[in-house]
Amino acid sequence: MKIIQRGKLAAGAVLSLPLIWTILFMFVPYAILFVYSFWEKKYPTFEAAFQFGNYFTIFTDPQYFQVLLRTGKIAAFVSFFSALLAYPFAYFLIFKVKTNGTRQLLYMAVIAPLWISYLLRAYTWKTILGTNGILNSFLIWAGITNEPTDIFLYNQFAMILTLTYVFIPFMVMPIYTSLEKIPKNLIEASADLGLNGFMTFIKVTLPLSIPGLVAGFTLTFCLSFGDFIASFLVGGPDGLMIANVISSQFGAALNWPLGSALAIIMLVIVLTIISISDRFERLGEAKL
Amino acid sequence: MTTTTTLFSRIFSTDGAFKAVATSVLAFLYAPIIVLVMFSFSDSRSLSWPIKGLTFDWYLKLFQNEDLLEAIGNSFYVASCSTLLTLIIGVPAALALNRYNFFGKSLFRKLVLLPIALPGIITGISMLNLFKVVGFNLSLETVIIGHATALIAIIVTQVFARLERLPKSLDEASADLGASGLQTFLFVTLPNIKTSVIGAGLLSFTLSFDEIPVTFFLTGRDNTLPMYIWSTMRRGITPEINAVGTLILCLSAILIIISVLMLRDKNQ
Repeated sequence: MKIIQRGKLAAGAVLSLPLIWTILFMFVPYAILFVYSFWEKKYPTFEAAFQFGNYFTIFTDPQYFQVLLRTGKIAAFVSFFSALLAYPFAYFLIFKVKTNGTRQLLYMAVIAPLWISYLLRAYTWKTILGTNGILNSFLIWAGITNEPTDIFLYNQFAMILTLTYVFIPFMVMPIYTSLEKIPKNLIEASADLGLNGFMTFIKVTLPLSIPGLVAGFTLTFCLSFGDFIASFLVGGPDGLMIANVISSQFGAALNWPLGSALAIIMLVIVLTIISISDRFERLGEAKL
Repeated sequence: MTTTTTLFSRIFSTDGAFKAVATSVLAFLYAPIIVLVMFSFSDSRSLSWPIKGLTFDWYLKLFQNEDLLEAIGNSFYVASCSTLLTLIIGVPAALALNRYNFFGKSLFRKLVLLPIALPGIITGISMLNLFKVVGFNLSLETVIIGHATALIAIIVTQVFARLERLPKSLDEASADLGASGLQTFLFVTLPNIKTSVIGAGLLSFTLSFDEIPVTFFLTGRDNTLPMYIWSTMRRGITPEINAVGTLILCLSAILIIISVLMLRDKNQ
């Protein structure tokens, strides 16, 4: 009895600070955000109400709904292109690189950029793609074009390129881990049964690495979906993302209720994707 | 169908195609970083090819730029305080999740880990709401609270993973020998999770140093370094930003090397 009490006391002591912090700075703020999303804008600020007007606006006003769709589209493209580059890279590391040292070095080389300022990594693409930027002046210098073009920067292409660049390590990591977990004797067995390298990949390696791909898609999609810095630097009006709209509601537009409703929708979308992929990963693990 | 399959099979059996992809991925990742560094030495104001002359002027300018120096100071202050806070809250949280069963544990776990998955902007605006409701003025201190909240998850995941691998018998042995809970933590548990605590702390420091979405909503008049760089970018791009970037790059490189050395220590 006494031991149990002591255990409870210890648990209470360890837990109290994290628990208070979580309630005060996570639970309460999210709750306020949720409440605000039902409030009403009343010039010059906003006032308490309970109405679904903000949500209605978001789903009927094309201005907001299109941004939502565009954000989804850009995030999907980013995930797709990241996977396209990351998968062969991870495959090369696991199955083609012979020495362990080289493998770890190359893996570190892909992960290392995560330690480098995100802002700077996005900024450098602005300097490369701009009208007076490095790519344009290089093309003129090389005699390929005669005058600078503005087609590189401030569009969705620039967004997808920059976000892929920034988030690709998050695709490499889970794919690498899932390929690493595949027992080598499964691949040998497949070869013994007469499948060539490519068919072994299609029938054995690829299906077993799907949990990694799903995790990578989830990470890169959610990160791109919530991004508002790349859009500010390289996106322009055509590359406006949902996070930019939210931040302008809390800034110049001063419509906190609408901004809160948009944030709640973003939160629901992200959490839905995460829980779906979670379930999917568990399914994959059960199979293996 | 069969011809494409044979084609793929042929590509697959050679290493060349994979080497080409791997090389281009690395080039894609590092070429922009090289560009960033190169142009910090360019003596022309505009960033265009070819670089005409080399200079250290941009670096010298940095050290005379008082706004920038103040922003760097602010960033060190914010990152140190928030890292300390994340450790004070995150390590006990990881311990509680690993050791104890309590009411609402799974909800607690979900809440603590949420900021990893959620876009930073949501943490930023929801805390802005809170501070406005209770009437706090925005300052560097509100930024610290915001960063700590967003980054606790980093500490919890790293430390929790290490705790899971720690045999429970160590605790029991320590208790059998008469140590109190606190003594067991200080002399048995902590030394065993030391590298993961330091590693997670370094990561948390780096992320706080670089943080924008939360800072954007929670800062008052004071700028942190990324916010300063960001506001400079609004006014146009100059090699001065590249020079700051190159210095940050060097700092990151040092941190990477430290963390690699820490990892090596763990493997032994």
